[in-house]
Amino acid sequence: MRIGEKAGLPAGTKQMRDAFGEALVELARADARVVALDGDLSSSTGMGAMRKAFPERFFNIGIAESNLVGVSAGFAASGYIPFVGSLPSFLLSNAYDQLRLQVAIAGLSVKLLGSHAGISTGREGPTSMSIEDLALTSALPGFTILVPSDQTSMAAAVFAAAEHKGPVYIRSSRGAFAQVYADGKCRLAIGQANLVRPGGDVSLLACGMMTGVALDAAALLAEKGCQARVLDMLSLNPLDRPAIAAAARETGAIVTAEEHLVRGGLGSSVALIVAEEHPVPVRFVGIRDTYMESASVEELMSRHRLTAQDIVRAAEEAIAAKRKGE
Amino acid sequence: MPQSPDYRALARQVRLDVLEMTARQGGHPTSCFSTVEILLALYFGGILRYRAKEPEWPERDRFILSKGHAAPALYAILARAGYFPLSELERFRTMDSPYHGHPKQNASLGIEVTSGSLGQGLSFGLGTVLAARLAKRDSRAYVLTGDGELQEGQVWEAAMAAGHFKADHLTAIVDYNKYQQTGPIEREMALEPLADKWRAFGWQVLEADGHDAAEVARRLEAARATSGRPQVLIAHTVKGKGVSFMEKDFAFHAKAPSGEQLEQAREELQNAYR
Repeated sequence: MRIGEKAGLPAGTKQMRDAFGEALVELARADARVVALDGDLSSSTGMGAMRKAFPERFFNIGIAESNLVGVSAGFAASGYIPFVGSLPSFLLSNAYDQLRLQVAIAGLSVKLLGSHAGISTGREGPTSMSIEDLALTSALPGFTILVPSDQTSMAAAVFAAAEHKGPVYIRSSRGAFAQVYADGKCRLAIGQANLVRPGGDVSLLACGMMTGVALDAAALLAEKGCQARVLDMLSLNPLDRPAIAAAARETGAIVTAEEHLVRGGLGSSVALIVAEEHPVPVRFVGIRDTYMESASVEELMSRHRLTAQDIVRAAEEAIAAKRKGE
Repeated sequence: MPQSPDYRALARQVRLDVLEMTARQGGHPTSCFSTVEILLALYFGGILRYRAKEPEWPERDRFILSKGHAAPALYAILARAGYFPLSELERFRTMDSPYHGHPKQNASLGIEVTSGSLGQGLSFGLGTVLAARLAKRDSRAYVLTGDGELQEGQVWEAAMAAGHFKADHLTAIVDYNKYQQTGPIEREMALEPLADKWRAFGWQVLEADGHDAAEVARRLEAARATSGRPQVLIAHTVKGKGVSFMEKDFAFHAKAPSGEQLEQAREELQNAYR
């Protein structure tokens, strides 16, 4: 069964990277300050659309991520809005010093697009697969982190990133994700989660591809008479503190779901807020302190317990703990 | 811009500013002293186009201090150039001051770039000149790097890209004082043949006595006339220039003199340029 099928979500019609590329071109058409800076991966990240549409505003800086980020800071300091495209396993890991110094400390409006994040690279294996990107960007004060859950929210993220003053990281993927939002109908506000399914028994807080999986899990739980609230955590930083506090207060049990390391990603960030606002049982679906195998996305989801069934199990545990008064 | 600036008097003032700032709050005085005449050529020799009273003037040239540990020299020269009052130098490295231990970008004060992790300024400078080219502005970037800093791989990524983009509005200046933190460069991690390295990346190479501000200015004028490729000025300097016992003594890299030595340094600097 494909992701989103159980929940009745239509299959994605575009790969996430193509949704990014199209949105970037649309943005560039409306705003002359937008430039695209590429680390020689435009054919993989979707940024190739900019090269075609606005060749004079597209720069391939080559296979040199440190320089790529430094150049982008120079553009941002000159009044442009640079979008920097690469794979986060290279961009963030190679150029972390530059991101910290030239972008985060300086507070410059550089917009990073990390394609092939999470497990979507599948068979390319652990070196290409960034399962640390959210942790790395979360560790940089002032970095806004957006994790689109489908093609429509990707387009919204591109526009929100450009509008926002300061550094932004957008997590993207190679694959097409199930459509959580109807075409053109995603309201993305930085710092806000989107309620995509109401419910009072447990809250499923998910991001990216896992939002579709969480909606499947909610459908499975409904068959058992359990109503799960599902929040799409499009804005990982800043997180929606009021929505998380309300979820804890109103449902008393929380599950987070991400295709990222639990430590440093959505799970630990949510746990911090729950601990401060309204402690309730929290269970974490995500990757546990290990690198991935070279395998299909389905195999990886199954091996690392990222399926809808795994979310259902985690929800049942959290609900049981709530009842026990944990 | 004065016709013939009194470089000697300015150099004395800037070195004394640096000495007092670092004696109070710490820092890297010798790494500052080697840059002084380069900064004077840029800010007082008619090279850098800037408006101290309109620091964010979009048409300005940018001075990019890549060797961030020379921050006190930058602040002193900006104060002397009129960006902010000299009294502001007393706030160096103090709570809530914009004059951080290493520069944090603040264009409203003339501080163009955040630096302090070495090797990053050239990429930033390249970004600004590519942006200027796209905006059809004539702005240039002058990036001052250390010599030990050239061991960072990012410098050569930027050098390769600047050559590729024929970034003729980009000028690098190497403060070639021949020392890095732990010893002489040629002993610790050799750079030579340095000029050949730059040429191989498509750069025009110029050399100058980095303590002759007039000569530095002349070379930078020649660089400005170059089209089709970036330029590098290798400025031969002396670490700690101006204070006899600090010159070439790499033990003073991250340390200011104190006590009797501070008195002696003050005296030497006051007398040196009379």
